[in-house]
Amino acid sequence: MSLSPDEVKSIAFLARLSIQEENIEQYSQDLSNIFGLVEQMNAANVDQIEPMAHPQDAMQRLRDDVVTEENQREKLMSNAPLTEAGLFLVPKVLD
Amino acid sequence: MITKSLTELSTSLKAGDFSSVELTQFYLDRIAKYDGELNSFITVTEEQALAGAKAADEQIAAGTAGALTGIPMAHKDLFCTDGVRTSCASKMLGNFIAPYNATVVEKLNAAGMPMLGKTNMDEFAMGSSNENSYYGAVKNPWDLERVPGGSSGGSAVAVAARLAPVATGTDTGGSIRQPASLTGITGIKPTYGRVSRFGMIAYASSLDQGGIFGTSASDCAMVLETMSGFDPKDSTSVERDVPNMSASLNDSIKGLKIGLPKEFFGEGLDSSVAEVVNDAIEEYKKLGAEIVEISLPNTHLAIPSYYVIAPAEASSNLSRFDGVRYGYRCEAPVDLTDMYMRSRGEGFGTEVKRRIMTGTYALSAGYYDAYYLKAQKIRRLISDDFKKAFEKVDVIMGPVAPETAFKLGEKTDDPISMYLADIYTLSLNLAGLTGMSVPAGFSKNNKMPVGLQIIGNYFEEAKLLNVAHQYQQVTDWHKQAPSAYTGGE
Repeated sequence: MSLSPDEVKSIAFLARLSIQEENIEQYSQDLSNIFGLVEQMNAANVDQIEPMAHPQDAMQRLRDDVVTEENQREKLMSNAPLTEAGLFLVPKVLD
Repeated sequence: MITKSLTELSTSLKAGDFSSVELTQFYLDRIAKYDGELNSFITVTEEQALAGAKAADEQIAAGTAGALTGIPMAHKDLFCTDGVRTSCASKMLGNFIAPYNATVVEKLNAAGMPMLGKTNMDEFAMGSSNENSYYGAVKNPWDLERVPGGSSGGSAVAVAARLAPVATGTDTGGSIRQPASLTGITGIKPTYGRVSRFGMIAYASSLDQGGIFGTSASDCAMVLETMSGFDPKDSTSVERDVPNMSASLNDSIKGLKIGLPKEFFGEGLDSSVAEVVNDAIEEYKKLGAEIVEISLPNTHLAIPSYYVIAPAEASSNLSRFDGVRYGYRCEAPVDLTDMYMRSRGEGFGTEVKRRIMTGTYALSAGYYDAYYLKAQKIRRLISDDFKKAFEKVDVIMGPVAPETAFKLGEKTDDPISMYLADIYTLSLNLAGLTGMSVPAGFSKNNKMPVGLQIIGNYFEEAKLLNVAHQYQQVTDWHKQAPSAYTGGE
């Protein structure tokens, strides 16, 4: 299995990762090798096997729909790169 | 001081032989003296440590102290610590001040353990050598040219060089057991769901589990029983009572059935590692254990399925780092997409990007069944292998890693060779079982430490610690420390 440089570029875009042009070839080789390793899964016949998502096959626990967090807006926002008037600032989205 | 067990430290603190402030300062001084070349800490929290120690001394004076009160420790830098930088060894979180405590941090704070600092690791816990840290590689105290293992390499080295009595770690594919093995200390990865993941920065949520490093099984038992337990804030935490793990350490292991999986002793295992592991098993025979040959026939599928499941979950978990609410943001973004792409491209290191892209591809439209779903099915095959084995045996033993600590830079250009080093540890995480590494000797080739892996059934941490403790009563491998950092003290 091999992933071409163009495929790597499209995966990087899906993952929203900028990759330097000069590194694309290396990622293409690395990802091809990783999926080469992953292909060893094909040797296993798992048609009749149930997938396992949780080691104890536990169900997702639900809690009551009530507010339990205290409001600490300023503390939480102090980690943001850019804020104004209690809002997160991002580059213009709409013209 | 550095040869005392936690129980001895606790007794001395309560007897007034020394205060927690003195003990904590002693370790801070050791960190200042030795960590320059080891690089096991990303952040040393001297102020918090001494404040915690002072509070512990007041509790001791008031007679309200518990078993761990006043004993300093360190946290892997992926546990959120309120008001303290929590970087996950990434440029992405270089300025991130955690706004709350992880449950594990909360529990050990409540037990009165002063925090010495936050330890180095592979970025976002992705790696097996601790070379993937934005803050520089960690060095193995037994040989500075060698890696300490990863991803919890900083915590392992802090304990191995006696810069902290105990330290937390996390294990997604071997990240506690492998560095414990490579640095000659004791480390335990609990059953999935035993220790809360709340406030542990997520890598692969269905595999991640917090645990502890110490110099002995009895030290690990004291801390693990304190940090374990159901947590409503972690939706995968398991509602189950935590036993007193220290109470059963001295139980006899006569008649213990030890399973040896033939797949763990085949091709690829370094002969000097095999020799140490076999010697340890001989020691168990002398203690009255019975050896049973077993098979875990799907072991060879662990690496391929792990390298689908873990990257897939990572690509989803790490999508939260968008340069908006916290973390790194690139300079002068021209639009939103540019901001996402460059913030993430510049903020994450190479291995993290590799795994995000692997996961993104595996989860992309049309590939789900071929990769993630198939890997989840193989996960059950691997888990069923262990279930069958545990019908016949009490614990399973084998090597932790196929070789001892390798040289810095030896595998950095070849990610696959690094992945293959996790062959004996990954399958446990896929099954969700508990496992530990116990120092069992040194390779005759390069004098580097070798760990014995002990694998237990679900929620049998107390049994593992008992089995390890009995071995440590008749051997002294766990007491050996790198002399460059412990000579004359």
